[in-house]
Amino acid sequence: MHIDLRTVAIKPVRQTFDNIARRFGDKPASRYQEGTYDIQQTDIFHYRPLWEPELQLFDTRRTKVEMKDWYALKDPRQFYYGAYTVARARQQEAADSNFEMIEERGLAESIPADLKQIALDVLVPMRHAEWGGNMGNSFISAYGYGTAITQPCLYHAMDHLAVAQYLTHIGLVLNGPEALDTAKEAWMNSALWQPLRRHVENVLVVQDWFEIFVAQNLVLEGLSYPLFYDYLDSEFCANGGTVISMMTRFMAEWAAETSKWVDAQIKVAAAESPENKALISSWVKQYRVSVLEALTPLVHRSFGNKAESVFAEVTDQFNARCTKLGLAI
Amino acid sequence: MSTVFIAFQTNDDTRPIIESILADNPHAVLDEQPAMVKINAEGSLVIKRESIEERIGRRFDLQELQVNLITISGHLDEDDDQFSLTWN
Repeated sequence: MHIDLRTVAIKPVRQTFDNIARRFGDKPASRYQEGTYDIQQTDIFHYRPLWEPELQLFDTRRTKVEMKDWYALKDPRQFYYGAYTVARARQQEAADSNFEMIEERGLAESIPADLKQIALDVLVPMRHAEWGGNMGNSFISAYGYGTAITQPCLYHAMDHLAVAQYLTHIGLVLNGPEALDTAKEAWMNSALWQPLRRHVENVLVVQDWFEIFVAQNLVLEGLSYPLFYDYLDSEFCANGGTVISMMTRFMAEWAAETSKWVDAQIKVAAAESPENKALISSWVKQYRVSVLEALTPLVHRSFGNKAESVFAEVTDQFNARCTKLGLAI
Repeated sequence: MSTVFIAFQTNDDTRPIIESILADNPHAVLDEQPAMVKINAEGSLVIKRESIEERIGRRFDLQELQVNLITISGHLDEDDDQFSLTWN
């Protein structure tokens, strides 16, 4: 008997969902595209929310920023649930192994006392500010519009919890459970923390979700992360506190990664219309004042006599970053 | 001149790679076969890390190509930034 082997190419009837095909053409789409575009419910809502009857459950009017297509605010990291969890699990593993080594070998003993005190005074109470970051980004994912931005904001909110947990862990490693009580006390009552607490609590009651995005993700993170996880980190390393850098590695890495995402959002929203540009610029100007004021005592505590020059450098870099994003500040 | 080629399995991981190869090599010809994609090019073919990274939104190590690589033909020159095939 004679058998002919041949391959048959079977063309799939459709390559992807119709909504994705309308945007990108009928070709195989990435998981990110399929899990992001046009997922937001747009009509046939059940009833209007009792607490805000003038708006729909999901409504573009919850921010003053206007976009023709809300899906233009896409994530350059292309995070969908799978990609996000895989990326974070990897980082979590690295961070955990750092902490494990530090605890096993008692490396925290080797940190000079003055640096240890700076870490306890400045880093550990930041965990309360991180919780504010979590709340703000959760708010955006609840009331924002378009899966392209609400999805990564939820990831961002979870990441803030992660940072808060790492800061807690640092407190535990450096000074045991007592460190957390001291930090809470400082957050609530110490003069060092009241301006930042005021800023964080003011952002908690902002209703415009894009304004929260600017106040929290661009201004507060854009100024505080370089200060604490870049400049202060170099100080730690230069003076024998490398162990602290090992424990803040995630934050530094995370800030570098997420700032690219934040930049992409601001850039696209500001380029959409002169109104958006003016609005976002005015928010930046408004919150920059309060964030700079909030960080001033912390910068003095962290950097001593170098405070002025470090602060000026970080502020210049932040202003340059905003200008590059097309904002007029 | 003779032809160099590279073949990948067709899947989610290779789609952005193929897309960037075609963008970087206008002379390359795509040959889609069942479960396999073969890219033929006269003379030379270059794969750039940068253009793949642009499409996938994360860092990419060119060694990751090997996971889905079926076969190549041509003299291989590989460094951190590019992977090129030529006939000398």
